[in-house]
Amino acid sequence: MLTALAIVIDGLIEASYLFLVALGLTLICGVMKILNVAHGSFYAFGAYASATIIGWWFATGLPGAGSFVMMVAVAVALGCIFGLILEVGLLKRMYGRDEVIIVLVTFASFLMLEDVIIWIWGGNPYFAFEPYSLLGETQFGTLIYSNYDFALIALAVGLAVLTWILLNRTSQGRLLLAVIHDPELAAAFGINVNRYFTMTFIIGAALGCLGGAVMAPKISVAPGIGVEVIVLAFAIVVIGGMGSIWGAIVGALTVGLTRAASVHLFPQAELFVIYAVMTLVLVFRPEGLFMRQKARKI
Amino acid sequence: MSPTVQTVLLYVIAPLALVAGVFLPDWAVFLGIVSLAKGLVVLGLMLLWRTGLVSFGQGLFYGAGAYTVGILPLYVPISDALLLVLVSAIGAGILAFFLGFLLRRYREIFFAMLCMAFSMIFYGVLVKSESLGSTDGFNVVQTSYLGYVPADPQELQRILYVMTALIAWLSCLFVDRYLTSTMGSLTRAIRDNELRVEYLGFSARVAVHFKFVVAAVLAGAGGALAAIAIGHVDPEMVWWIQSGEFVFVTVLSGVGNVLAPLIGSIVFEILRTFAVEYAPQAWQFVVGGCLLAVIMFLPGGLWSLIERSREGEHGADPTR
Repeated sequence: MLTALAIVIDGLIEASYLFLVALGLTLICGVMKILNVAHGSFYAFGAYASATIIGWWFATGLPGAGSFVMMVAVAVALGCIFGLILEVGLLKRMYGRDEVIIVLVTFASFLMLEDVIIWIWGGNPYFAFEPYSLLGETQFGTLIYSNYDFALIALAVGLAVLTWILLNRTSQGRLLLAVIHDPELAAAFGINVNRYFTMTFIIGAALGCLGGAVMAPKISVAPGIGVEVIVLAFAIVVIGGMGSIWGAIVGALTVGLTRAASVHLFPQAELFVIYAVMTLVLVFRPEGLFMRQKARKI
Repeated sequence: MSPTVQTVLLYVIAPLALVAGVFLPDWAVFLGIVSLAKGLVVLGLMLLWRTGLVSFGQGLFYGAGAYTVGILPLYVPISDALLLVLVSAIGAGILAFFLGFLLRRYREIFFAMLCMAFSMIFYGVLVKSESLGSTDGFNVVQTSYLGYVPADPQELQRILYVMTALIAWLSCLFVDRYLTSTMGSLTRAIRDNELRVEYLGFSARVAVHFKFVVAAVLAGAGGALAAIAIGHVDPEMVWWIQSGEFVFVTVLSGVGNVLAPLIGSIVFEILRTFAVEYAPQAWQFVVGGCLLAVIMFLPGGLWSLIERSREGEHGADPTR
């Protein structure tokens, strides 16, 4: 019983940060039809920048609660920078090329950003544990969880709701849905598709950075964290269907819970099991769980 | 480029260039073996690319070939390099044959992702296998060559180079022949419009399946050769970064000719070796930057440079 509870809670925590990363990825994927490998670097940049800021914040003795604001601020700032550099500076020149070529462009950006991280922060791990203990703890039987973990889950749920409202209840969001559905037709109706592309990329990048920023207090921020997260995010996006918000939620829950279950019950299969699930989903739903069928090309 | 020039390149100049490699210094010979081995993987990817398919999981077959070389001699008394490469290639081919029944139904990004999923499953298994050295991998046994065990490591490397070059050249000949056959000509047709291929009476799925198996056999042989040359196997060979690198080299090479993957692979290994040597903190930056530059300014890959120099005679090659 306790194991089951642990699996559910660990799974939800894992799912919540993966959801933040995957939501950004799936937004970019849905609107721009780009599978953005550089998203892993956004996560890593968010984590590093947040660890640095948190360290500085607590060293100067400012009130701890402000560090949460700083994490979000860092993520948004980084998202804007990356959005402008990558989308406006690079990807804009690539539209119209083969999808796979654009994936490779983001792969190249990913490789370059990995080195930039090492130039800025070096190869040693960073720790920014202070915010993690700031919110107190909750105990279930013998299981002790930091309330920070539950705040993460709340953040993920909040963002999911916010995204839904923005997309379905605001005019801007509905226009974006139109762009997702058919960019050409949207452009024909006078929507400035290019502006939506840039906006989406910035929001998506900020979400990726936010995922890293809120995870920084939980992990040791070391080189290579981006590489691990991006393949998990890929798995989530593919399981859910590329570009689907619901898909990102269901995919993140699937990956989070299966991984937690495997860690508690059968640790040897920890890595293996996620891709096994992804394969199973693709076997039965070739385009993911929540993907509209595409028209057949004749 | 005219067919005659291509024939001369493939049957005369390429073998001569490969033979010339034997006389290079030791470090260059090692580089040559590794790049030709990886070039085999890229050759397979080129075949898939021409069909409109990109596998982001070719590391699966590359790694399968490498681990076959590592594991097989522990249980069966085989140490002959040629035999090991043969078994690895066939093993990878059988694996691809079974996976192909599923994969041949997928196209575009789904094909790429499903390939990646399979390679990551293999990676996950390897990383968690303590007996196979987990993330560290393990060393490969000493190999013999048709019963002959060279005592001198430099001689051994030269023999391995000759073997690798021969396999690479024969593979190029095979792929070249295949591309001119009826089934081979279907590659571009499937890329352009699969439905029409079906109306012509061919099965696009069977064609894709066959190309997938060929690509896997080449990748398995490449992995086996790389494992013998390096003397060590580890899960990094299966990782998605490695698979991504193979796709990168495919783009760098261009898909205009069967020799392009070998040339591209050699250029890439030289580029990486020098980048690691002179800028150890920035080699990924250099490699990524080169990839971007090629995509932006040289959409046909390195091969288009060779082609462009002769474009005046025959115009652009439509297969690019």
